[in-house]
Amino acid sequence: MAVLTITEKNFETEVLNSEVPVLVDFWAVWCGPCQMQGPIVDELAEETEGVKFGKLNVDENISLAQRYGVASIPTLLVFKDGKIAASAVGLQSKEGLKKLLGI
Amino acid sequence: MSEYDIIIVGSGPAGLSAALYTSRANLRTLVIGKDQGALAKAEKIENYFGLAEPISGCELVENTKIQARSLGAELITDEIFHISWNQGFVLEGRQGNYQAKAVLLATGTSRKKADIRGLAELEGHGVSYCAICDAFFYRGRKVAVLGNEEYAVHELSQLLPVAGSAVILTDGKEFLAKAPEGVPVITKKIRSVDGEDAVCGVTFEDGSSLETDGLFVALGSAGAVDLARKVGALTDGRSIQVDETMATNVPGLYAAGDCTGGLLQISTAVGEGAKAAMSMIKFVRRDG
Repeated sequence: MAVLTITEKNFETEVLNSEVPVLVDFWAVWCGPCQMQGPIVDELAEETEGVKFGKLNVDENISLAQRYGVASIPTLLVFKDGKIAASAVGLQSKEGLKKLLGI
Repeated sequence: MSEYDIIIVGSGPAGLSAALYTSRANLRTLVIGKDQGALAKAEKIENYFGLAEPISGCELVENTKIQARSLGAELITDEIFHISWNQGFVLEGRQGNYQAKAVLLATGTSRKKADIRGLAELEGHGVSYCAICDAFFYRGRKVAVLGNEEYAVHELSQLLPVAGSAVILTDGKEFLAKAPEGVPVITKKIRSVDGEDAVCGVTFEDGSSLETDGLFVALGSAGAVDLARKVGALTDGRSIQVDETMATNVPGLYAAGDCTGGLLQISTAVGEGAKAAMSMIKFVRRDG
């Protein structure tokens, strides 16, 4: 499945109102570990069904980062039924992401 | 900025062993060491291959430095604070910046983490190990840097342009660097990092407290695991994750020796250094 770009505009529709769990990768251009996290998320998204994957640029969407208490990046949040079901701070391996999603 | 094919951070057995191979392969190799490392404490080594008589750790390292230099490697003393990657590596040191096509992290095991109540629990919620990554979240806010050496000052330098106020906390240790003007240094021992969902302050052993929104951990010098995490390499607790070729998940970044965990022996470190060197030679010749 393609990875969505999550913004303040589509956050409610794509994440909070999603019928399937959504993994959101909070990232920024200047963050070294985020550059490594991105391709891992892409790879997992390619091979996973029934989960939505999104990337949220904190630089462009600071209010969402603040709303969810993101203070370190990368931060990975899993949303289920509009609520945070799991979270991880710092670079995660593919296995780590799977664990976070419970798959 | 000086440019190299290969930069090796750490001048212990893993780093120097790798340098022997990469310089013999005619790759421009720089070894950056901070000190003698764990081997400086070994007075007598008896369990390493080829020693008719026991030898001290210092002597073994010094001999290998002579050997590496004679093969063309450049050896310098500096402390690396940060590594960034963008189709090549830039290493920020105390004395300057360096550029390389491939980097080997071989600085030994990382130091013991600060054992302060609340520190681990609040990681990612005000406790950070990467100022350059997370300074953005502290615009106009109060921050504290936990550390007592140059590394702490380097982390502070990333925060000062954005933070509202900054302070250095040494957790009972002597402050060994020079703080920027106007930045207070508090040397009191810390009892706890406080906050429910996010850091709101620290409490000292004497019962006094300090309000802060962020606590950036930069204890001692930046170890291999600290550097690896900042550049985006996967770590597993206190070790850097490598594959069988000593490669990390960051293209061109390798790790060898004690920082990869496992058996903390000279022979293992030397073997891993050799293995990493072979992989780096291939990498530089193919992609460099």
